[in-house]
Amino acid sequence: MALRAEHEIYRRRFSRNVGVGVVLGAFVLLSFLLTVEKVTHGDPMHAIKGEGAVNPDGTPIAAQPLVKDTN
Amino acid sequence: MTDIGSDGEMVGPVAAEPGFSDFVQLLKPRVMSLVVFTALAGMIAAPVHLPPVAFFTAILFIALGAGASGALNMWWDADIDALMKRTARRPIPAGMILPGEALGFGMALSVGSVIMLWLATNWVAAALLAFTIFFYVVVYSMGLKRLTPQNIVIGGAAGAFPPMVGWAAMTGSVSLEAFLMFAVIFMWTPPHFWALALFMKEDYSNAGVPMLTVTHGRKSTRRHVLVYTLLLVPVALALAFTPVGGPVYLTAAVVMNAGFVWGAWRIVTRDEAMAEADRYKVEKKVFSFSLLYLFVLFGAILVEAGLHSFGYGAL
Repeated sequence: MALRAEHEIYRRRFSRNVGVGVVLGAFVLLSFLLTVEKVTHGDPMHAIKGEGAVNPDGTPIAAQPLVKDTN
Repeated sequence: MTDIGSDGEMVGPVAAEPGFSDFVQLLKPRVMSLVVFTALAGMIAAPVHLPPVAFFTAILFIALGAGASGALNMWWDADIDALMKRTARRPIPAGMILPGEALGFGMALSVGSVIMLWLATNWVAAALLAFTIFFYVVVYSMGLKRLTPQNIVIGGAAGAFPPMVGWAAMTGSVSLEAFLMFAVIFMWTPPHFWALALFMKEDYSNAGVPMLTVTHGRKSTRRHVLVYTLLLVPVALALAFTPVGGPVYLTAAVVMNAGFVWGAWRIVTRDEAMAEADRYKVEKKVFSFSLLYLFVLFGAILVEAGLHSFGYGAL
């Protein structure tokens, strides 16, 4: 039995499918880079509030005052 | 729309297949370029910096948010777009994309843009972007556009938000500078679109859109162009005396406002017979000049930001 020829709809949609693929790939790359940047630079507001920050072992870090008490 | 059935045969009505570029057209790329430029000015003029990827992500999703609102606008306005020469070749009236596809695409992109802007920057910028999309689609497209000749005046706010969103993305707040950048575009929009409406005269009346030219006549529209151009002048000049302004911006604002007022004066001193005789030459020139006006003013803000970083500028 002969193989069925590829349906012409795949050829017709080729450019759109490639476009969607490139966009999704770019989105994944952007999300990755944004995550790396957030981790390396830190989120300043998050750091100031000290909310949700954890030690490497998962224990919460208490919020630190912005100015040290010198008294 | 076409698809393949379980037997491998085509099902549904055979229509033109939308390509990737048709979905790009749905985002109104020309409007997006203006959004990118003005938002970029708002971001670069802000007194704080963002890391490069967050900066790029912010500008990208501000642009895509604007594009999403364009897609939703095309979905809602498909019926009148088909009646206007200027818009008849858009993807929905041209039969390339189904209205439902445009709705889904616009909604998904709207939500995605707001979430990504929030993740990359802050909730203030994301909320402003969400409000911009809501304002353009619901307040302007669904509400004002077909109801009142003031559609452009109030609806112009939607196009004025990008520099404010850009500023908020950087600073997490809205200040006087951001408000004045918003006000410049807000006051610029009516004379810009009324100049267009003067020479695209058949389009709006054919579609039943109550543009000022249709409801109040062309003479009144000419007067409105001059009045709103005069109202724009103090707003544009005021920005020169804020921290984002300076001598370069002030010079650009004086020259460009003088040119815009002169163009508006030429429009108001003409009648329809004169305009018909030279095929709306002056109106077309003022419309083109208004685009240059915005480009030069926001370009001057970018130049000032560059000068400020070297310790120059500011009045």
